[in-house]
Amino acid sequence: MSFIEVEHVSKEYISEGKSFPALKDISISIEKGEIFGVIGLSGAGKSTFVRCLNYLEKPTSGVVRIDGTDLSELKEAQLREKRQKIGMIFQHFNLLMQRNVLDNVAFSLEVSGMKKKEARKKALELLKKVGLEDKKKAYPAQLSGGQKQRVAIARALATEPEIILCDEATSALDPETTRRILEILKDINKEYGITIVVITHAMSVVEEICDRVAVLDSGELKEMGYVSRVFKNPHSKAAKRLIYDSERSVG
Amino acid sequence: MQDPGISVLFKGSNFIRLLEGLSIALRISFLSVVISLLLGFFIGVLISGKNRFLKIVYGIYLNTVRIMPQMVLLFIVFFGSTRVLGINIDAEVSSIIVFAFWGSAEMADLVRGAIKSIPVHQFESAASLGMKKRTIYLKIILPQTLRRLVPSSINLVTRMIKTTSLVMMIGVVEVLKVGQQIIEANRTTSPNIAFWMYGTVFLLYFIACFPISRLSKSLEEKWKLA
Ligand SMILES: Nc1ncnc2c1ncn2[C@@H]1O[C@H](COP(=O)(O)OP(=O)(O)OP(=O)(O)O)[C@@H](O)[C@H]1O
Ligand SMILES: [Mg+2]
Repeated sequence: MSFIEVEHVSKEYISEGKSFPALKDISISIEKGEIFGVIGLSGAGKSTFVRCLNYLEKPTSGVVRIDGTDLSELKEAQLREKRQKIGMIFQHFNLLMQRNVLDNVAFSLEVSGMKKKEARKKALELLKKVGLEDKKKAYPAQLSGGQKQRVAIARALATEPEIILCDEATSALDPETTRRILEILKDINKEYGITIVVITHAMSVVEEICDRVAVLDSGELKEMGYVSRVFKNPHSKAAKRLIYDSERSVG
Repeated sequence: MQDPGISVLFKGSNFIRLLEGLSIALRISFLSVVISLLLGFFIGVLISGKNRFLKIVYGIYLNTVRIMPQMVLLFIVFFGSTRVLGINIDAEVSSIIVFAFWGSAEMADLVRGAIKSIPVHQFESAASLGMKKRTIYLKIILPQTLRRLVPSSINLVTRMIKTTSLVMMIGVVEVLKVGQQIIEANRTTSPNIAFWMYGTVFLLYFIACFPISRLSKSLEEKWKLA
């Protein structure tokens, strides 16, 4: 049994009376401690897929199992508890602008009932982890994009997740900063054994940190396999286009 | 030599009367502003939901308020209520009703805009941290909405305060009306009086509105960093 099991998941959005299939019968298993990449053109369904993994989006049909638990069977409160075990970071860092860095990290701990002092202590540890303890008093507006994303990572780590979902977490960052963020992700993957799912448009990111990769196209799973194999020898048209085009454009 | 006019300001009880007029204008402003902010906020939250019917009703309400000059509304409420409903509404109360009616519509529109401008991923980000819906609304969406509201709602408030000078049209003796009365009474003895009087009224309004816009500025400054 895998850590994350997605079985025959479909998702249809209804907009203006018409239904639109964003995911079609997707089955993917992700192992514990793995770093798993998801690539595909814009609109392929990548974000929809990872949002199904923590039920921010409920699949129209199919099953999502995390560590053996079928998410559809969870009650509201249980689902929230489960979500704390599934951190998520976004392209938009979504920090609270009115709180300083330390409080941004401590905030989710406080609202889930931890004492303020304790929450801050833990937050400070996490800031050290991402190399930002000297910025703890700064406000998000005073940070660079990479620093903001590091705060977001520290915040995601605060609830001691077993999984971290990254939806284009490095898309707004320059290559050097991206590398730094990827280092941190690799670090926490090794140190805590956290399973990481990475959505990205940058093939170099996949090559750099992912073990396996899935290729989505128009809501369908076109190809899945080890990065080394997929990148050297892509079978599907979708994968070929993504991989060869990116090489050409990078030069 | 002619009286320079400024002395008229302090003749007899003139200045006290001006201040009394100002306090009436401010009382009307204050009450209608408070009602508008609260009611407008409530309406704004309501129409940000999914209910189509509420949106349509609100649309009609907002457009009515925007198309009708406030003076017409004042006449309708003050004179119309007596004629049509047979009840006598005090001029000051009529003014408050009209300004609150107007202000609530505008405020609701501001609130709707502020809520809409908060990106969905803010909500998702909080939800992915396992926060309760209520916590997300109260601790994350609400504070950001309020911040975004500050500049525009302060602007509305100062606009409302200025517009209260219209209430003299239905017989409320507020500061501008007092000023005009004093001008009338002293026109022959000091021809310059109009200049001094309107200048003073301007200054009084300025003194009333300035702290409010200062407050807004300093809040914005404070929050820009934070
Ligand atoms: N809430 C929604 N309502 C209706 N349609 C939606 C909704 N969310 C996504 N879609 C549609 O589903 C499809 C997949 O969207 P998704 O956001 O998963 O794509 P993506 O692969 O993440 O793209 P990108 O790389 O641009 O982020 C798109 O065609 C999108 O328009
Ligand atoms: Mg996306």
